[in-house]
Amino acid sequence: MKILIVDDFSTMRRIIKNLLRDLGFNNTSEADDGNTALPMLQSGDFDFLVTDWNMPGMEGIDLLKAVRADEKLANLPVLLVTAEAKKEQIVEAAQAGVNGYVVKPFNAATLKEKIEKIFERIEAAQ
Amino acid sequence: MVFSESILSDRCLEQARGLVSSIEGGNEEKAIDYLREISRINETEIFQELGRLTRELHDTLVGFGIETDISKLAENDIPDARERLSHVINVTDQAAHKTLTAVEEAIPVCEELENSASKIEIQWKRFISRDLSADEFRELSREIGGHLDISSDRYTKIKSYLNEILMAQDFQDITGQIIRRVIGLVQDVEDKLVGLIKLSGSLDGEEQKVERKPIEKALEGPQVPGKEAATALKSQDEVDDLLSSLGF
Repeated sequence: MKILIVDDFSTMRRIIKNLLRDLGFNNTSEADDGNTALPMLQSGDFDFLVTDWNMPGMEGIDLLKAVRADEKLANLPVLLVTAEAKKEQIVEAAQAGVNGYVVKPFNAATLKEKIEKIFERIEAAQ
Repeated sequence: MVFSESILSDRCLEQARGLVSSIEGGNEEKAIDYLREISRINETEIFQELGRLTRELHDTLVGFGIETDISKLAENDIPDARERLSHVINVTDQAAHKTLTAVEEAIPVCEELENSASKIEIQWKRFISRDLSADEFRELSREIGGHLDISSDRYTKIKSYLNEILMAQDFQDITGQIIRRVIGLVQDVEDKLVGLIKLSGSLDGEEQKVERKPIEKALEGPQVPGKEAATALKSQDEVDDLLSSLGF
């Protein structure tokens, strides 16, 4: 399982990377905003995207929309991990086709639970 | 500054004479009265001039829309920034304590394993060099068994302390986002002040258009206690509930 972690704060990328490794996901790459992430997603064979929302350059919500609009990436599971906690934003993310939404600050158990739920759903749909 | 009443007026002269004669006559009370009267002429002029300048400045500020901007900064944005920065102190304080607590709890666990291992190591070396009696070997076996018994539990504990330290580092992202907003505000204050300085130049006659840049507030960033957005959800549970109501 190859995972792309997108966040403009390198500390947060490292936290998520370590939590994922703890969950048994060792194959992770990092990008600091949507503009860097999108070409990586298009050229790499990623299975899962974990992204922040508020980033300079391309924001996470626009990255999500770009992913859904890309024929090759349209079905890529996307988890938003963000400090943005307004109702209308969560609704917007849901409408854009997000698979999970974790609000910062979060704990390891929440991240684990959301990731497991996303993959359970994908397996059930197959 | 132009005074409407000249210092060379008859009234001033009369008071000056009064002052001299009261001093010469040793009448202190009267001398002070004259002195006050003389300075009052001056003060009235200064107050009038100040009033005129204030009105002029006020009218110009209103004309340029700067006064409302600055009062908004002073009334809302600066206190808002102060609260956000206080929250930064709280968040970093909590992160530091969380880290220190985890370290303080992990160190005795490491020491316990370290002591148990080094005790075994000494006896093990004696065993390798065939220097151990049968009784001592039985004791060593018990110690090795005991060490293995606690090891797995203690390593799990240490790992969980390390995970706590890992998670505590999320303060950098949270506070970084908050500080970025405050930097934006400081930038805004700077722009307004530069506008004021430009304006004081234009008060002398030269008219200048002051650039007005609104603070960008498209994204909310981390919620700050007491400053939550009206529609902000308070916990991951509320987020989950909203998502499940949307069919997630």
